[in-house]
Amino acid sequence: MPEIKVTPLGAGQDVGRSCILVSIAGKNVMLDCGMHMGYNDDRRFPDFSYITQNGRLTDFLDCVIISHFHLDHCGALPYFSEMVGYDGPIYMTHPTKAICPILLEDYRKITVDKKGEINFFTSQMIKDCMKKVVAVHLHQTVQVDEELEIKAYYAGHVLGAAMFQIKVGCESVVYTGDYNMTPDRHLGAAWIDKCRPDLLITESTYATTIRDSKRCRERDFLKKVHETVERGGKVLIPVFALGRAQELCILLETFWERMNLKAPIYFSTGLTEKANHYYKLFITWTNQKIRKTFVQRNMFEFKHIKAFDRAFADNPGPMVVFATPGMLHAGQSLQIFKKWAGNEKNMVIMPGYCVQGTVGHKILSGQRKLEMEGRQILEVKMQVEYMSFSAHADAKGIMQLIRQAEPRHVLLVHGEAKKMEFLKQKIEQEFHVSCYMPANGETTTIVTNPCIPVDISLGLLKRETALGLLPEVKKPQLMHGSLIMKDNSFRLVSPEQALKELGLTEHQLRFTCRVHIQDPRKEHETVLRVYNHLKAVLKDYSVQHLPDGSITVESILIQATAHSEDQGTKVLLVSWTYQDEELGSYLTALLKKGLPQGT
Amino acid sequence: MAAHLKKRVYEEFTKVVQQQHEDLSAKKLRLTKPSKSAALHVDLCKATSPADALQYLLQFARKPVEVESVEGVVRILLEHYYKENDASVRLKIASLLGLLSKTAGFSPDCIVDDAINTLQNEKSHQVLAQLLDTLLVIGTKLTENPSVRMRLIEVACKHLTDSSHGVRNKCLQLIGCLGPVEKGVVKETESQAAKDVQKIIGDHFNDQDPRVRTAAIKAMLQLHERGLKLQQTIYSQACKLLADDYEQVRSAAVQLIWVLSQLYPESIVPIPSSNEEIRLVDDAFGKICHMVSDGSWVVRVQAAKLLGSIQQVSSHFLEQTLDKKLMSDLRRKRTAHERAKELYSSGEFSSGRKWGDDAPKEEIDTGAVNLIESGACGAFVHGLEDEMYEVRIAAVEALCMLAQSSPSFAEKCLDFLVDMFNDEIEEVRLQSIHTMRKISNNITLREDQLDTVLAVLEDSSRDIREALHELLCCTNVSTKEGIHLALVELLKNLTKYPTDRESIWKCLKFLGSRHPTLVLPLVPELLSTHPFFDTPEPDMDDPAYIAVLVLIFNAAKSCPTMPALFSDHTFRHYAYLRDSLSHLVPPLRLPGRKLVSSPVSPSITPHEDPSQQFLHQSLERVYNVQHLDPQGIQELLEFTIRDLQRLGELQSELAGMADFTATYLQCQLLLIKALQEKLWNVAAPLYLKQNALASAAAKQILEETYKMEFMYSGVESRQVVIIHHMRLQAKALQLIVTARTTRGVEPLFGMCEKFLQEVDSFQRCFISELPHMQGSFVDKLLDLMPRLVTSKPSEVVKILQTTLRQSTFLHLPLPEQLHRATANIIEPTGESDNPLRFTSGLVVALDVDATLEHVQDPQGTVKVQVLYPDGQAQIIHPKPADFRNPGPGRHRLITQVYLSHTAWTEPCQIEVRLLLAYNSNRSKAAAKIPKSTWSDSLEVLPQSENGIEGTIPFSKPVKVYIMPKPARR
Repeated sequence: MPEIKVTPLGAGQDVGRSCILVSIAGKNVMLDCGMHMGYNDDRRFPDFSYITQNGRLTDFLDCVIISHFHLDHCGALPYFSEMVGYDGPIYMTHPTKAICPILLEDYRKITVDKKGEINFFTSQMIKDCMKKVVAVHLHQTVQVDEELEIKAYYAGHVLGAAMFQIKVGCESVVYTGDYNMTPDRHLGAAWIDKCRPDLLITESTYATTIRDSKRCRERDFLKKVHETVERGGKVLIPVFALGRAQELCILLETFWERMNLKAPIYFSTGLTEKANHYYKLFITWTNQKIRKTFVQRNMFEFKHIKAFDRAFADNPGPMVVFATPGMLHAGQSLQIFKKWAGNEKNMVIMPGYCVQGTVGHKILSGQRKLEMEGRQILEVKMQVEYMSFSAHADAKGIMQLIRQAEPRHVLLVHGEAKKMEFLKQKIEQEFHVSCYMPANGETTTIVTNPCIPVDISLGLLKRETALGLLPEVKKPQLMHGSLIMKDNSFRLVSPEQALKELGLTEHQLRFTCRVHIQDPRKEHETVLRVYNHLKAVLKDYSVQHLPDGSITVESILIQATAHSEDQGTKVLLVSWTYQDEELGSYLTALLKKGLPQGT
Repeated sequence: MAAHLKKRVYEEFTKVVQQQHEDLSAKKLRLTKPSKSAALHVDLCKATSPADALQYLLQFARKPVEVESVEGVVRILLEHYYKENDASVRLKIASLLGLLSKTAGFSPDCIVDDAINTLQNEKSHQVLAQLLDTLLVIGTKLTENPSVRMRLIEVACKHLTDSSHGVRNKCLQLIGCLGPVEKGVVKETESQAAKDVQKIIGDHFNDQDPRVRTAAIKAMLQLHERGLKLQQTIYSQACKLLADDYEQVRSAAVQLIWVLSQLYPESIVPIPSSNEEIRLVDDAFGKICHMVSDGSWVVRVQAAKLLGSIQQVSSHFLEQTLDKKLMSDLRRKRTAHERAKELYSSGEFSSGRKWGDDAPKEEIDTGAVNLIESGACGAFVHGLEDEMYEVRIAAVEALCMLAQSSPSFAEKCLDFLVDMFNDEIEEVRLQSIHTMRKISNNITLREDQLDTVLAVLEDSSRDIREALHELLCCTNVSTKEGIHLALVELLKNLTKYPTDRESIWKCLKFLGSRHPTLVLPLVPELLSTHPFFDTPEPDMDDPAYIAVLVLIFNAAKSCPTMPALFSDHTFRHYAYLRDSLSHLVPPLRLPGRKLVSSPVSPSITPHEDPSQQFLHQSLERVYNVQHLDPQGIQELLEFTIRDLQRLGELQSELAGMADFTATYLQCQLLLIKALQEKLWNVAAPLYLKQNALASAAAKQILEETYKMEFMYSGVESRQVVIIHHMRLQAKALQLIVTARTTRGVEPLFGMCEKFLQEVDSFQRCFISELPHMQGSFVDKLLDLMPRLVTSKPSEVVKILQTTLRQSTFLHLPLPEQLHRATANIIEPTGESDNPLRFTSGLVVALDVDATLEHVQDPQGTVKVQVLYPDGQAQIIHPKPADFRNPGPGRHRLITQVYLSHTAWTEPCQIEVRLLLAYNSNRSKAAAKIPKSTWSDSLEVLPQSENGIEGTIPFSKPVKVYIMPKPARR
């Protein structure tokens, strides 16, 4: 039986280092190639030696697909393609292709320049790697080779995030990457058609959460910022440069516009300006509102948000500052935080999750006195707020996507094992499809039942359908013909044509069967009895009693002779050609049951 | 067969030609007109190739065909149809047949047979589909003929097995449009095939082609629209279609489910996979809710819209739509709304959210959580969060409709509506504010909700703010803190957007009168009074202070203890405000003031309040003083007019009536004055000045009568008669004046005749009212009519003059409700000193923003007039879309006016004003009276005034400073 094999090299019952190997109908595809943020050793990249110990990866992989630009989905790409060695095609969407190198370069800088690691990929490697990338459009079917085709669907989450359908013949797999089923201020919701894949590989970050309405959170956020600004306080929002930051910017920008506010908003520079540039370019990837209004004004051309300068932090009066990094562990956001922490009028809003040990985590857990480097004690008087703005689908969203796509099997990745367990159970219960959640390195095999397309000549099709009644929808129908398998293709043709094509002569094949019947009467009487019986049973067929004492049912011939030894036993000779096999075997079975008594 | 047909065709053809011969003899004009059908015939015969023939047909289709020749043309076309081998030409012929049978006045019975015959040998599917379409046209024209209908349906049923989707589509459409709706008739008369159209259509719900499936559902809906009661059995079929792969099928299926839910709300359906049963309407509601999270937004919009109109759904189902069971790490979490509610009920203020404040509390049973309920869970939560604003608007509308019918649901959906106030698209925000206003009777806002609502007051969009003021006008607030909060926010709004002044005052007026008891404890604080110390007197011109006073005075109206808390200056301010802003400040019973004669007549019923009494009394007085000397009458009239005008200013609800009567009295006064001139008998040329006065008076009366007729809403026929009468008097006056001033008799002839015609038509229009007009001008005039018709103009004038003087003053009855159309231009403000500069010859767009009140059909009547300093006037018709309707009787005009002029040397002011256009043809009299009095006479009547069109300026002109600069070379 044909199979689809899935092996996660990363993100199996885990978040981070997304990398999933799929082999489908003899094709090997790698989905995502990410790094793990939690490790700094070999574990941070997927173990590519699993694919091949020696020899080029190119020989073993048909293509690599990157779903979006987050580093846990593309961080290992230069390492994989340049250092391990892969020359095949890499597919990603246009925005991902544009933004991905910026992030990779940033990642490289931090690891090499700041942490001083060696044996890491270089800028040149990033460039070389990006040369291998083939950019795809949404809903564009890309033919990787003759059989393998891929197609991208919109996924929300971040700019350019996509879900991919991988299809070989009739078998298909959909990989969601990270996606979001509820729209936000700058991106739309993920959408997929009813493509009914054999396997849906979906992320499950929020497998056990059903989230509150987005509006409440937005309103809370805006209200807090507004109140603080009205009081004359300063608001610090530590963010990572891409993704949520743009959403919050849009949110504040439109709010400022609506409410006619005058307090300045700053965005710490660097990465962001470049990224914003791409956001402006890829308007088609954003949500309805931005797409509809960009003719008048591109929403990413911020009127109220200006570039931040270090000196501005000491300016009097209210202001809002977005600063990187998001967890307050270093850099500009921490500097500003130190300056503003002492004033109770000020506020810091943490829009995302903070890793343990960072300043962000400490203040969120309620610590008011922080020990900074140099034994300084920093008293935090400013207000600390937490607002979760996350762009993953929640449990309901995941279920909704499954309902939209109608897969035959589901496979969960990118989530915690315990939570997956719950969702798995739910999926099996709700949709009655099998659900898998392999760990890293564990291979899941899914047996598929692909349909095999067969060409049929129009003449034969018309002839055969003319025999039956109306073609019933979605019901199998019986057809007669000869199947010719030649050069990897299947054709259904009429027997005559098959004979002609193959240069064979037709042979008549007849089945004959003797049926013994206990009947003491004369032969012709028996024949008559059989005739009457058959006539009564087979009302729809033409049953004829021929003058020579034989019976024909359609083209089947029945003759009766007395048994040579026992006159009480009559031998019925039933003979039919193989075309009438169905009727013939039915007749013999019928006759074997004997004749009804009393006639 | 073909030969026979051909013969028939020729027969028909010749017949038509003969008919034309008859025509020729009757009407000479047609002589030269070539026969259309003949020309077509010749053309088609000439055509050598299909392409040629197609060209001829296309040309032919561009020209209309007269009714008489339709049949002939059809025959010709049919003849060619049989001869034609090319499918595309046949297709065009088929479509032409349909087009021709649509011709008004042509009855297609005669071609039914031929059209059906054509179907028989047709092989091309496209042509077949087109022919069926033609049959559909014919069928819809012959709906009264059941046998034709039956035949057509049979034909359609026969072709339902066709392999092309287009043909099946058309067949289903045909069945849907023509299928028998009455059950009984069918059984007796018709054959097997046509018996159960529902079943036939239902069978195609499973067609292999989605287009045919859609067509089948549409046909079913069509049958429903035509009045056939659909069977309940379709329901389960329709439910299956909801899971169809194609969006158009799903969208149509949602409609069908909705229709069935309205037809059989109470029947019971089983829930699959369990033994339980529920009402069909609930089940359908659940299913439609499910479609709100469909993959296609078209379906989502459709589903969200329909949800609103399922009113019979049980309340617990309804409430589930707002519930999206929250869960975090398998533990139940409370929604932010619930948390807000709890904070409120525990009496604490939010201390700001902590990290993990929303940490989940209780464990939930993993088995019990059903992530994707088949029920209605969270449908609105999804709908309101949808990506497409179309879906969101539809969801808000549905929410509104459901909330209007269910108070408990209204209470529950409040949080969600309030959330929508922060939507990113203004339309959605506006819609949700309007929705909230509509359901405000059912709800009371909690403080935290009010807080969110009030936050929107700072919105920079004027529309939003005004909608919000409107909402606050009819909101119930639960606590005194709420009122205080609202006041503070409104005052903030006032300082930020001073132009909102009027709207905010009005809002506070209602807020005060709705919550007197909540305002009472706030009074000392609001007025900043102190038990021991005198506080400084606030500035009377401060809009914020006025706002506070408006709130307090309106609350005091129904709270008699409140005035005791006022300080002295408050009373003074009350007197001032009552005078200057009488529409905002109600009359109060204040100690030590005899403003209202309440102790004298405590039994006054509310609808007959003193001011109304005053109005009637003063009118009585005027009508009763016929015998007063002329001087006295004049004085009395003048005083009464003054009183009435003042009353109108003070009492907004009586303003319309007071103004109306004042205008009428003004007319009368003018008439009397004009007639009182002692020098009437002297030869005219010597007293030119005198004549100028009289003719001016006549002109003014005419103008005023038009105003009376068209500017007031609620004018009844009784008033219209009086107005017309007054106009007639004015015209008589005009005639007299002209007769005095012009020499020679020639021009007078025409004028006299015209006047007499008008009298005549007046009599005919208002014949039923004449008995009420004893002793009036027209009454007397009609008595003298025979004499007038025969006499000379000079005599006529003389008679008129005497009649005019002797005629009595007609009593003007007042209608129940009378409102004067008013307009107020908000923008441009006319205060700007910076001229609007533009290059001459080019245009500049001027934004005009105005409020209109009590204007009926503003789209048709309101115009913008621009007056340039050189006297050039320009009238602009605003687009219908520029008018918005924020409330009953009120409209808002937001439009752009394009200005252009040749270059000026220095900036100058232009005037912009609004005009109310009227046309006496479609006057209110013409529109209303046919129903009541002179029902049939109107059609016959040649409108006497021949539809005088004119405009009434009804807004204050606003000056705009502009400067067209010469173009640079």
